[in-house]
Amino acid sequence: MSQEVLNYLFIGLSFALYLFIAFRSRAGSTKEFYVAGGGVSPVANGMATAADWMSAATFISMAGTVAISGYDGSRFLMGWTGGFVLLTMLMVPYLRKFGKATVPDFIGDRYYSRGARAIAVVCALFICMTYIMGQMRGVGVVFSQLFGISIPAGVLIGATIVFFYAGMGGMKGITYTQVAQYMVMAFAYTLPALFISFALTGDVLPQVGLVSETVAGVPFLEKLDAINRELGFAAYTSGTLSKLNMFCITAALMCGTAGLPHVIVRYFTVKNVRAVRVSAAWTLVFIAVIYLTAPAIGAFARVNLIEAVNEVPHVELPGWFEAFEKTGQITWTDVNGDGCVQYRGPEQAEANELIFGTDMMVMANPTIAELPMWVVALLMAGCIAAALSTAAGLLLVLSTSIAHDLMKKIIKPDLSDREEVRWARLASFGALVVATYFGINPPAAFIAKTVAFAFGLAASSFFPTLLMGIFSKKMNKVGGMAGMSIGLLFTFSYIVYFQFLGGTEDQYLWGITPEGIGFVGMLINFSVSFVVCSVTPPPPQKVVEMVEQIRLPEG
Amino acid sequence: MKVQNRSSYHRVTFRLLLGLLSIWFIISFGCAILWRDWLDVHVPPIGHAPFGFWMAQQGAILGFVGLLIIYAIAMNRLDRRYREMKDREDAV
Repeated sequence: MSQEVLNYLFIGLSFALYLFIAFRSRAGSTKEFYVAGGGVSPVANGMATAADWMSAATFISMAGTVAISGYDGSRFLMGWTGGFVLLTMLMVPYLRKFGKATVPDFIGDRYYSRGARAIAVVCALFICMTYIMGQMRGVGVVFSQLFGISIPAGVLIGATIVFFYAGMGGMKGITYTQVAQYMVMAFAYTLPALFISFALTGDVLPQVGLVSETVAGVPFLEKLDAINRELGFAAYTSGTLSKLNMFCITAALMCGTAGLPHVIVRYFTVKNVRAVRVSAAWTLVFIAVIYLTAPAIGAFARVNLIEAVNEVPHVELPGWFEAFEKTGQITWTDVNGDGCVQYRGPEQAEANELIFGTDMMVMANPTIAELPMWVVALLMAGCIAAALSTAAGLLLVLSTSIAHDLMKKIIKPDLSDREEVRWARLASFGALVVATYFGINPPAAFIAKTVAFAFGLAASSFFPTLLMGIFSKKMNKVGGMAGMSIGLLFTFSYIVYFQFLGGTEDQYLWGITPEGIGFVGMLINFSVSFVVCSVTPPPPQKVVEMVEQIRLPEG
Repeated sequence: MKVQNRSSYHRVTFRLLLGLLSIWFIISFGCAILWRDWLDVHVPPIGHAPFGFWMAQQGAILGFVGLLIIYAIAMNRLDRRYREMKDREDAV
């Protein structure tokens, strides 16, 4: 069987499975549509949340980012997992106790104002929109590689599939589909890593392989450091980012994670607060399976790639090199005219001739390591599962934000249950159209960049506002609203200025890149809120009681 | 961990969160970022990986998983104690 047929087969089979599950568990009521009726088991919910959480960016680009930046790549590894700790300990149990379906709902009630609710809806729409664009793009990239079609056509196919099961199944359908998607993803991600680790180091477990010796008896990481230095890069284990910047980016990613509305809402699907805690611990276990493998994949891929292409005459390169050149993920310019590929870092006098994108590492890894064809097909299926599961979860939050928070709570309070679900379906269609448009015409070049954007915004708006809403009885309406809008505005303008309006590096505030500015935005949010709060009237007694209530175990 | 009333429940929860989040900070921001250079040199490597580097790419994540498991067990036990206390109060 050819590679193409295998790809079709694996993806076709996985899709059939997802659609079957979505059809079997389609939603009947608003409650089932939004929170799956609240009766999903903690382990299943943990697995589904892990799938929701791991986006196409994580799946496709993270190992590649680590491969290219070595130690610096740890910011994503720690940021996204460490944020989960914050989310679980500081947010989710309390929001679950509060018991409403969405995050703007909590903010609207806690800050007792429609204005606060409206700002929260805008934040939620904004964060989810930025995030979903990256997902649609990811789906498009995979489909285009797979079927040899253009990226826009790939995005369109992906959008149709997402709409079909997110719109039909609601949260219940999505949750069970995501359980299946997690399994496909985890299997697809770890299996090639096991093969490659064994081939390179003789250890089957990639996490062990990373810290042990190569088959030739040299410590693997020392070999990688030596390769890096020889080619003129900073040592793999030391990195180049400044401490402050590394700190800020990691913090922004962590707090952003804790403020992501589509992850928070996942925990409304389990039975009670105790189940929430268990479920969150499971989620992190499932996430860690992939996150502990990613750095190993990155390191192995780097060695394999460099050994396969560096100093090799272009005409003798393996077939995959040309294939990736065609899609533009690898570019080679023969600067010194010797017909060989020279890969060099910034500290080498010789010119670098090879540029490769972070997106290709995971996808090309099995091919580079000459693994069997079905492994590649499985990886494709996993990649699509990652993008689809996240897109579906986001779409759901977008549609509930519009139908529930905007239509029912702000514009038309007498909306019936049935009408609300209809609005939600309509809204998810509208959101998907917009996301598809931006997937075809992406505003930022790389998937990871748009995702970093979403985290910065979540860190500077939702995270501080929710935290103060839960843990401070004194925080009032004006303080919360002022903090949220100023934090968001600051972060948004900083990112837009540097990524789209041509701001240069020497203009960075204390050398902090746009990726890390969400942390500063968060500090601004906190300070503005407390200052404004101290000069405005305290919240009403009802709200104080509500805060007291959500911090007690039920009853 | 004794739970006698609301305020002691809050106090115990607060202490637990503070303890867990301190560990959270130390293993990630501390070991993997702020003190990494020092740890790379002065602490024995894990396998052949410098300690700080290993913490950044593996250790911190493993630690996070551990923290959440402890959190789930400890908080759920605390909640149960609180409810038992409540039940006793109601009975009286």
